[in-house]
Amino acid sequence: MPDDRIDLHQEGGNPDPPDPAAPAAPASGVAQKDTAQRTGPPSEPRARSSLRERFRLARSPVALIRDRFDGMAPVSRFGFLTAGVALAAVLPVLMPHITADPAYWTSVLTKVGIAALLALGLNVVVGFAGLLDLGYVAFFAVGAYTFAILSGASRYAIALTRSDPNAFKLLPTWHMYSWLFFFAALAVALVAGVILGAPTLRLRGDYLAIVTLGFGEIVRITADNLTSVTDGSQGIPQIPHPALTVGPVHYNFGLNDAAYYWLLLGVIVVWILLLRRINASRIGRAWAAIREDELAAASMGVPTIRIKLLAFAMGAAVASFAGVIYASEYAFIDPGTFQLFSSDFGSVIILAMVVLGGMGGIAGPILGAGLVIFLPERFRFLGDARFLIFGAVLVIVMVLRPQGILPSRRRAAELEGGVKDTSVFEAQQHGG
Amino acid sequence: MPLLELHDVHIHYGGIEAVKGIDLSVEEGEIVTLIGGNGAGKTTTLKTISGVKRPTTGSIAFRDKRIDGRPAHEVAGLGIGHAPEGRRIFGRMSVRDNLAMGLYAASARGSRAEHRRTADEAYQRVFALFPILEERAEQKGGTLSGGQQQMLAIGRALMTRPDLLLLDEPSMGLAPMLVEKIFDVVKEINRQGTTILLIEQNAHMALNAATRGYVIESGSIVLEDSSRNLLGNDQVRKAYLGEE
Ligand SMILES: Nc1ncnc2c1ncn2[C@@H]1O[C@H](COP(=O)(O)OP(=O)(O)OP(=O)(O)O)[C@@H](O)[C@H]1O
Ligand SMILES: [Mg+2]
Repeated sequence: MPDDRIDLHQEGGNPDPPDPAAPAAPASGVAQKDTAQRTGPPSEPRARSSLRERFRLARSPVALIRDRFDGMAPVSRFGFLTAGVALAAVLPVLMPHITADPAYWTSVLTKVGIAALLALGLNVVVGFAGLLDLGYVAFFAVGAYTFAILSGASRYAIALTRSDPNAFKLLPTWHMYSWLFFFAALAVALVAGVILGAPTLRLRGDYLAIVTLGFGEIVRITADNLTSVTDGSQGIPQIPHPALTVGPVHYNFGLNDAAYYWLLLGVIVVWILLLRRINASRIGRAWAAIREDELAAASMGVPTIRIKLLAFAMGAAVASFAGVIYASEYAFIDPGTFQLFSSDFGSVIILAMVVLGGMGGIAGPILGAGLVIFLPERFRFLGDARFLIFGAVLVIVMVLRPQGILPSRRRAAELEGGVKDTSVFEAQQHGG
Repeated sequence: MPLLELHDVHIHYGGIEAVKGIDLSVEEGEIVTLIGGNGAGKTTTLKTISGVKRPTTGSIAFRDKRIDGRPAHEVAGLGIGHAPEGRRIFGRMSVRDNLAMGLYAASARGSRAEHRRTADEAYQRVFALFPILEERAEQKGGTLSGGQQQMLAIGRALMTRPDLLLLDEPSMGLAPMLVEKIFDVVKEINRQGTTILLIEQNAHMALNAATRGYVIESGSIVLEDSSRNLLGNDQVRKAYLGEE
């Protein structure tokens, strides 16, 4: 009944339509003059702010492309994505035409693939659910070790270490059922994720970071000391390469880096499709709500622990998949591969990929993985100095673009509110 | 049987006892108010009913089933909506997405079509009560005015289609005009069949809206009566209605 409707339009709070530019612009002008007077010659801070402004404006082309993309018809959007995947797929074939050392760069490409898969997995935990996991590499290790143990490679390695004369009889080979070990590793990591997550996800964010950090170290130290199972610091060699037999066709991945790359690409595409679905579902919304206000989310009926655990388990599963592919490609793993700061896939490095590229989206972590793996390789001629430069670049990017290079829209909006407390630049952008 | 019944509920923060054994009941269809000064234990009591906090001892029953100690999301699923102190809306989500969060509990059960229908009904009910929310549906929650945020907080709680709605100081920080409008809506929600437990420092407005009231002081219930009697009570007039 219209009479029952209570009209609250005319309440005094904020009857105007939202227009941040109009009221904020004059105020920000005043604020800026103020700082200029307080901090010294007016020209100097102005110049500095305009440089920062330019970097922040660099979001505009990104946003522009994204808006274009979002505005496209679903068919052409699908076409674009397919073209992107196709381009990624032919990269190994194009390699000889791009570089003088195609074999080397194809192996780098595979490394990028593993890094991208890890970054996309960690992004679910950090970017979607907002949980700071500093021990993510542990799940990568769990996957790799589970596979190495199940495939028999560790038994062989231990026999070798003991100088067993019959060791050669234990040399592992790939069997059809080895593919099952792929999924067994996934299941083990899922269980590990739940065992770690169930008690710790009740903790507040900063405590969780410390506990996961500890977990990462525990897994590595266990691998180092449980010599009867993992062969300890000797590592496990001779992990079998994958092989496929379909009817009469037999294919062994062997040392062909491109084959692993294509396998990774396939896994990544499937993972992305899955992520997009989940993120658009009620689970994605629940993650966003938990990031903002966990108690309010719980009051809305969101089972917060279970939803966080889901993110944790999904991340763990993806990392273990990456671990299996890594182990079977390199055919060798040792505890040193899974260090916190290991230069390729350490927990901190994976986190850097996610943060650098931009959290909460899909393109961001992939770009971050590409840069974090590619740049040190590209500048290898600089020797160890390249890591110094890389660190400096990381700091500079984070200062100028705290939201990362390609942040998801949701995340960018969150950081606008959090990192920059005033919207001086925003107002100027809109106004001018 | 009362819809909600608290019996001898004690609640602690660490070693400090914030609520010292209260009894409280709400009958189906009522508006009951719990009034008291700063730090009396009102919010603590409400949080404990909604499962955000656990009581140390005592029992809380909803429809004769114990709910004390059950997690907040289960309590929400049972039909208790909570518009918490300070609103706590999701500032970075749109108004529509804020409301959609209220559907979370319901969307787990029933068929898709069924869910769509109940969702539409829930939106319609909230938008009819608060037309401004429909107008601002795509606006970010954090950019709403204080009054609009309060409406969103109540609307979001209503989206869970609660049988019992817990409101924690809905008038806090609002202009007198708006306070009156919010209370009109509260009464309207009640007329539509939702039982309400209302916490307030604004005793005058609360007692005018409610059928019964409790007065809480330093964690204990000191008075319990019909609103009319409480409004006429000398003690209440002095302490909460600002009269000499
Ligand atoms: N998280 C907490 N930790 C410790 N003590 C708390 C906590 N929350 C509340 N208290 C204490 O419990 C008592 C009751 O607080 P409560 O928030 O329930 O009061 P209230 O009646 O809602 O007051 P107000 O009207 O000011 O909101 C206060 O003494 C308060 O200091
Ligand atoms: Mg309170």
